[in-house]
Formats: sequence, C-alpha cells, structure tokens
Amino acid sequence: MKQLISKALTKTGPLIGLAVMFIVLSFLSPHFLTADNLMNITRQVAVNAILATGMTFVIISAGIDLSVGSILALSGCVMALALKSGVGIFPGVLIGMGVGSLCGLVNGFLIGFMRLPPFIATLGMMSIARGLALVVTKGYPVFGFPAGFDYLGTGYLWDMIPVSLVLTALVIVAAYFVLKHMKIGRCVYVIGGNEEAAALSGINVKVHKTIIYTICGFLAGLASVMFVSRLNSAQPTAGIAYELDAIAATVIGGTSLFGGVGTIWGTVIGVLIMGVLRNGLNLLNVSSFWQQVAIGIVIIIAVYVDQLRHRTQL
Amino acid sequence: MKNECPILKMKDIRKVFPGVVALDGVSFDLRRGEAHALVGENGAGKSTLAKVLTGVYSKDGGEIILNGERVEIKNPFQAKSLKISIIHQELNLVPHMSVAENIFIDFPGEFCRFGFVNRGRLFSKAEVILRSLGMDVDPKAEVGSLGIALKQMVEVAKALALDANIIIMDEPTSTLTDREILKLFETIRDLKRKGVAIVYISHRMEELKKICDRATVLRDGRNAGTIDLKSTDTRDLIRMMVGRELGERFPKAGITTGAEILRVEGLSRGNSFKDISFSLHRGEILGIAGLVGAGRTELARAIFGADRVDKGEIYWFGQRVRIRSTADAIRLGFGFLPDKKRTSVGSPLDAIRLGLGFLPEDRKSQGLVLKLSVQENISIALLVLGRLTRWGVIRRKKERELAQDYVNSLRIKTPHLAQCVRFLSGGNQQKVVLAKWMSTKPKMVIFDEPTRGIDVGAKVEVYQLMTELAREGVGIIMISSDLPEILGMADRILVLHEGRLTGEVSGSEATEEKIMELAIK
Repeated sequence: MKQLISKALTKTGPLIGLAVMFIVLSFLSPHFLTADNLMNITRQVAVNAILATGMTFVIISAGIDLSVGSILALSGCVMALALKSGVGIFPGVLIGMGVGSLCGLVNGFLIGFMRLPPFIATLGMMSIARGLALVVTKGYPVFGFPAGFDYLGTGYLWDMIPVSLVLTALVIVAAYFVLKHMKIGRCVYVIGGNEEAAALSGINVKVHKTIIYTICGFLAGLASVMFVSRLNSAQPTAGIAYELDAIAATVIGGTSLFGGVGTIWGTVIGVLIMGVLRNGLNLLNVSSFWQQVAIGIVIIIAVYVDQLRHRTQL
Repeated sequence: MKNECPILKMKDIRKVFPGVVALDGVSFDLRRGEAHALVGENGAGKSTLAKVLTGVYSKDGGEIILNGERVEIKNPFQAKSLKISIIHQELNLVPHMSVAENIFIDFPGEFCRFGFVNRGRLFSKAEVILRSLGMDVDPKAEVGSLGIALKQMVEVAKALALDANIIIMDEPTSTLTDREILKLFETIRDLKRKGVAIVYISHRMEELKKICDRATVLRDGRNAGTIDLKSTDTRDLIRMMVGRELGERFPKAGITTGAEILRVEGLSRGNSFKDISFSLHRGEILGIAGLVGAGRTELARAIFGADRVDKGEIYWFGQRVRIRSTADAIRLGFGFLPDKKRTSVGSPLDAIRLGLGFLPEDRKSQGLVLKLSVQENISIALLVLGRLTRWGVIRRKKERELAQDYVNSLRIKTPHLAQCVRFLSGGNQQKVVLAKWMSTKPKMVIFDEPTRGIDVGAKVEVYQLMTELAREGVGIIMISSDLPEILGMADRILVLHEGRLTGEVSGSEATEEKIMELAIK
C-alpha cells in the first residue's frame, strides 16, 4: 500500500502539485490566470528552465554541477565585453556560449579524466568562473549593447509569443529528444545507473562524462545570453545561487540524486512549480523573504518523496 | 585445563536469502580453550555462519545456546555484549585514530567523564592489554601507520578489551608473512590457554593442523562432518569439503574443439596476476579455478579491456591485438558476464562493505543497470557498437524486436520488456546479461561466477545456454569457485593461486582434490 502511494506520488506527484497550485492561485488572485501573466511566467522561468535542463543531464548521470550560476555570470560578462568591442551580435553570442561550453568542458575533464568528485570539481569552477567574471569586468556591470540584442530576451514573435519562450521550448524539446531517443542519452542513464556496468558494456565513461558537463556548461552559456539580453546589462555578480534553483527544479521534477532516473518533462514541471510559486506569491504580495521559506519547503517535500521512492525500490 | 562442556552450541541453524538457502540446518559446537576450524569451499556457508553468530544476519531457524542458555543475537552490539568478537579478513579499524582509541572503540563512554575523554587512563589501560599480548606498540600511534600484522594484533587487542570468550578469525593469515603468522599462532595459543575459544576460518589446510584442534566442514550450507584434526589426513579433509555426487546437472555434450581463438602470453598486472599464458579454442569451455582473491576476476577484466595490463600479449585468431577499452574488446567479439557481486577488494569502501557484511543487501550487479528496463539492458552493448542507431538516434522498433527475440529464446521470465530488471529473479537477471552479449554475436564469452546466488533450476539453464554457445563455436572462459560446476562443464581447467598459474588439468583427468591442491598450494 505504502509502495502504491509512493509510486503514484512520484509518477504524477509533481504534476498534481502544479495543478493544485494553479487552481488555488487562480482563486486567490484575479491577475494570476491571465494571458499576460502566464507569458510573464514563461519569461521569468526561461533562464532556470535552460539551466535545469543541463542539470538534468548531470544529475541523471549521478553527478552534480554547482558552477552553472558562476558560468552564467562569466559567459555573460565576456559576451557583453565582446559585444561592446563591436564584434557584432551573432559572434558575440557565439563567444558567450563558447565560454560556457569551455567551462563545462573543464568540469567534465576534471570529473571524467582526473576522477575528481563532481561536487569538488564544480565547486572549484564555481569560484573560478565567478572570480574571472569579476576580473574581466573589474567588478563593474557592463552595458550599452548594439541595438537589437535585447530581442532575444524581451522580443516577441508575431507580437504574441516571447522569443525567450520559443528558445526555451527548443532547448527542452532537443534535450528530451537526446535523452529519450539518442544513444548518448541512453548512455547518460546507464552511467548514472551503474557506472561499472556502463564501462563493462563498452561505454567510454570518461568521454561521456566530459560531454555531459560540456552540455551543462553550454546551456549555462545559452542561458546567459537570454539573461543579459533581458536585463540589457551584464553583471559579474549575476546568477548567484542559480545552480541551487536548477538543482531544486530538477529534483522536484523527480530526477534522482542517486542517478539513473529522471526525465526532462519532470524537470520542466519542477521549473514551473518554482516559477508559478514565486509568481503567485508575488501577486499575493507575499514578501520575498517568505517566498524563500516557501520554496525551501517545496524542495524538502520533493526530496522526501524522492527518498520514499528510493527506499521502496531497494 | 580442558573443559569438554561446550560454551557455544549452534543447533540446526537455517538462513535463507532470496533464491538461495545459505545455511540448511547447520550445527556447530565450541569448547572452552579450543581452536575450532570452520572449513569449506567458497560459498559453503562459513561466513554466513560467522555472521549469524555475530548478529550481522538474523537466523531464520535453529537455536544458539551460549553457556547453557538460549540466546537470540539480533545485532552486532548484542554479540559484543555476549563477549563474542570477530576479526574480519579486511580489518575493521579506524585508520586515523590511535591504537588505544581503536582498542576501546566498543566502549565510547568508558573513559569519559562529563563528556571529556580521560586520555591518560585510556592509554594506560590500552598499554596493559598490549603488553599482555607481548606487543611493543605505542598506544598513541596512529593505526594507519602500522603494518598489516600489527593492525591485526590491534584487532586481537580489541577482542581482549571486550573480554571476549569467543573470537572468530576470518582468514586471519591471508595477508601475513610466514614470520607474522608464527607470531599470530603464538598469540592464539596464549588465548587458548586463557580459556578463549577460537573459531578459525581458513582455506589453508596446512595451517589448520598446526593451530586447530577440531574442524567442522561445511558443504553447500550443510554439515559435512566435524572431525578431530589430529587424527585426520589433509586429503580426507579436502575430500570432505568437495566430495559430492555429480549427476546429469551438466548437460555438456562432447563438442569437438576447433581452431585457436585466443592466446594470452605472459600477461601481468601489478599484484593481481603475473605471467599468465593460455589459449582458448572454438567450442571449448576453459575453466579457471582458484580461491577468491587468486586473481581470476582481475585476469578476466584485463583481457576484456576493463583494466590495463602491465605486460604480456594477446593474440586473437593468431593476430596480435591491443585492447585499450572494453569497446575494443566488444568489437572484436568478446563478451563478459561479470560476477554479480564483486568479492575482490578494490577500495577501502569495498573492504568496509565486505567486512561489515553490507554486500548482500547491496546486491549490486556489475553486469546490469538495475534501474533500467529489460529492453534497455539487453540492447546496450549493441547500441554502443552503433548497430541499433541511425545518426545517433535509437531505432526503437529494432531495439524492441531484438529484446523480444532474446526474451523468447532465452525464456527470460518478465511481464514485459519495460520491466525494471531489479524486479527479476537472479537467474533471469543473469539471462538478461547473457542476452546482451549474445546480441553482439560474440566469438568468446567470459563467465565470472555465472551461477553464484541462483537456484539449481536456473543454474542448469545457464549451463545449457553455455553448451549451446560452445556448440555454435564460441569459446568460453568460465571462472568459478563451484568445483563440481567447473568439473562438469570445462574441457580444460586452469588453476590460479595468488596471481600465478599453478597448473592446468584436462577436464577428463581433473578431480576436485587435484584442483583444490593446486589452488591451496
């Protein structure tokens, strides 16, 4: 019986939670269920959605990446400086994503080839990337970008659909496809489920780990493009604790911190739960202090459910 | 001085693990001041019996009578309070703490007053115990800095601190040098004089006669007899350990072996194995026998490309090949069914797990990803080879058909292909791993303890599948600690002892005694 309940909870729990929040908030606030507000939510969650997508790869492989917030800041700052120096929007964006990918590659190399624990390697990268962001900007925010750059973060397609929503959706669909239908995605699950078996089945674990963290870094770079574009400025102190939001969303969505289990759709729901909760509490004029308390409670409930599942499985 | 009345009596002890009866009505008694050997093949139930006695496992049947009173030993703490102590093969010490702290680790409160440790008293009491053992060790020394023999003595001191009446020693000499062994024996004799009873688990027959008085032989989780060692010949003892009627459990028909598939020359890797040479032919089943830790699994892993080799050459159909990774090996046509439970001690964590007996709960299968489905586990090797993908995209239909084919042909009992392999029985899990390799159309398959922990019916099925593979011309290497199985199945048997090849016996000439002698030598 307990097994049945916990199984049902983990299969549909996050979705039910999201639905309940939707219904309750629609009653509590007349502004919640409006097209404007819903579009607003998608814009607010875009950055976390992209970070959490990368994090899902990492956590399914039984790893963790604490550096995505710092990588977001560093690639944003480098991109901003490049844009200001007049390289053009497209090359600038590529540079930003390149910096993110490079940081991820270093993470992956440290974890895959030098066998550092992911927690330590990315903790180091968290500090390194943050430090470099401060170094290259000398600690000041960077702004004054070429016209049109803000389109990525604030523009609309056909005056209706936010560009950031389209980009986020593309990332999510691509990630879903890779995890569910591609060889490399399957390898992520196998490595996370049993690294020894993965190696004995011919999977090159080192290379795959490197790829996984590079994907995560690349997506942090992509998130930084949207982030800088939306704010129209790059801050070396941006994105502090964003990695925790990404981890939280991933875990709320049912991805197991023990690896081998998880889906992109779960992560999307996790991201939405966090986004809707924040948005709703804002609409209800709950102070941001209390919002943090609420988010914390949600994370604990979600992880407790995850552990319940783990226990019944063993 | 000898008191014939037993201080411990274990009667009809039964212990069942899912799928296996580990102990089936085992009885055992122990007299004060005696060293009693517990012997048997790997998997005969020696360690399980020791774990029941020390409360690591709870028994499923039978009774334990200690000093004439019936007791229930539910956990290791209770065992300690009954003054039963165990010294594990992989010592159970905290390396960063001092000798004294380790000795009294079972009494965390003993030297405390108001939460502060009285170090002076701790060290002086430790010194008393160390001196009684004739040990010249500073109680303040860090345990990690001591050699293995001294560490073992610290374990003995720990047992003395507990004032143990019964000390179980599990393979105590496996890591000691000859001189250290003599020292340990002196200590054991001393303990015997003090009236301590010792349960001595060992594979080394020649040692038993030196230090033990009686021996209880276990075979397949049952008593094969208790004997007086003084009046028993070593050969008789070995016969008791292994002697068993081999029925038609082994379906291997006379398959003629063909051309050479694999030849290994002078393969060496660190301390695991040295200078190993052998060859394997089409349709041949080559058995590799030896004790746990003899280097058999390490050899298999190295041939399969999972571990690097230091020296030596591998020839594949006469061509010299370099195998840098498991992917290389799979591409050549190797398959490897790893042992379900790894018994070689790889890391300190492994050692801890083994020492504390956490592995059975773990049941971590090296060949499977337990969280993934039957289909995903079967297809993984072929997937890695790129034969189930187009542009990196998995061809689902093909994958499903492949899995379904093998589920049907190997009769894997599963409700559906999406079933998590965790929920399959041991035998069916083993078949899933086999299906994974059969899908790659291998030319050689290495089986490492293929039937460990699975029931007799499933065993026979695995043997049949091996025979079918051999009939198709696949070369098979079968590592097994199950002597009847290796005798029943193998055309030739290699015996390893401490990383070296100690002999090769042809299947028709091999006897269990012969192999055991080579394995213990």
